[in-house]
Amino acid sequence: MRALDLDYMLGLVPVILGYVPLTIGMALAAMVGALMLASLMAVERVVRVPVLDQFVQLFISFFRGTPLLVQLFLFYYGLPQVLPVLAGIDGVTAAIIGLTLHFSAYMAESIRAAILGVDRSQWEAAQAVGMTQTQSMRRIILPQAARIAAPTLVNYFIDMIKSTSLAFTLGVTEMMGATQKEAAGSFLYFEAFLVVAVLYWAIVEMLSFLQKRLELRLNKALVR
Amino acid sequence: MISIHGLTKRYGTNTVLDAIDLDIAAGERVAIIGPSGTGKSTLLRCLNYLDRPDSGVIRIGNLTVDAATARPADILALRRRTAFVFQNYSLFANKTARENITEALITVQRKPRAEAEARADAILREIGLADKAGAYPAALSGGQQQRIGIGRAMALDASLMLFDEPTSALDPEWVGEVLDLMRRVAERRQTMLIVTHEMQFAREIADRVIFMDGGRIVEQGPPTQIFDSPQDKRTESFLRRVR
Repeated sequence: MRALDLDYMLGLVPVILGYVPLTIGMALAAMVGALMLASLMAVERVVRVPVLDQFVQLFISFFRGTPLLVQLFLFYYGLPQVLPVLAGIDGVTAAIIGLTLHFSAYMAESIRAAILGVDRSQWEAAQAVGMTQTQSMRRIILPQAARIAAPTLVNYFIDMIKSTSLAFTLGVTEMMGATQKEAAGSFLYFEAFLVVAVLYWAIVEMLSFLQKRLELRLNKALVR
Repeated sequence: MISIHGLTKRYGTNTVLDAIDLDIAAGERVAIIGPSGTGKSTLLRCLNYLDRPDSGVIRIGNLTVDAATARPADILALRRRTAFVFQNYSLFANKTARENITEALITVQRKPRAEAEARADAILREIGLADKAGAYPAALSGGQQQRIGIGRAMALDASLMLFDEPTSALDPEWVGEVLDLMRRVAERRQTMLIVTHEMQFAREIADRVIFMDGGRIVEQGPPTQIFDSPQDKRTESFLRRVR
């Protein structure tokens, strides 16, 4: 076994760090999109709008039932052949859309479960003071559901950050893509991938710290 | 003037409310007593459509809601003329005591925030919880939560206040403070319909006491008549058991 080339590894850190903004940016954009889409689908699944409900179920079933990599390929390499309007789409946009759709399917189910987890009496109290369904949902139920869903949603965000590495297969030079290129030049594969692994890990650890802060904030209404 | 005609609610083949007719004058305080499972709470919950009645007409002032034709807008209008106090308080868990009171004033009644907050602060002082304005329900005792629940209902200035066994879920030590507050509400001649197991309280504040059994009104009259010389055997036997 040969010794690790530590100088190479240290030199690689700033190079890969330069791609962190793109990785986080893709994950954030996809998270915002997925949260909005998932909330809409979750509310729909609770109130069950005819026809739309079947469509949402099919959507969730497909995006949970197929691998993210397959979805990304289908979207980036396949779809433009059938829908020429998508021909000019760049890898970053395609990855963001793919991640949004994929994770929204999972998140919709967590948010739906969280909505159903809010005590029924909260609905009744909102209805009794004369709120409309929409007002009850937006002002009373969803804020409480958010608290229930928060830990799971942060987990999905962590998963999403790591999944942005798949964008490399669409030709995007993000953290993983940059590492691959560096390693191909130096042939120090172990060092290069170890560095990128530790950097992903560090990002996720920072997020876990923020997660604890977020949960404390959301739980302030429950502290005795 | 509130008028209820033929109000009926069934669960499957079980008739929980059997064509209830009831008129309540403005300012009248009516207590409903009776054994468990006789439809007292269902009657209250049907009056603001928390449970939708199968048939029957409810009239509050110039608003008429018929179960056969009631649309969401009618139900909202009905709820905006009534206020409901829940057995388990049901305060909004994500809102402070003060926000529990301002919430409907702002979102439903469209009052300016400053006006809603002034109203909430006045009510908090009145119910003796001004120092708890910023507290969340989880940090309050049962008695404090129910006083906020009543305060939230008072703020709505509803034509009819409905109380669904407001002290039944309370530890005995908190019952007194909640009854005291209800007494003060009653003194203002607020129209109230109260389902209760507190017989002494009903006797004290009600203008009329209704005894329900089997989804029907069996007997009604002034408290002295119902409590001291009940006409129906069921009323008599119920009162003997609860005394």
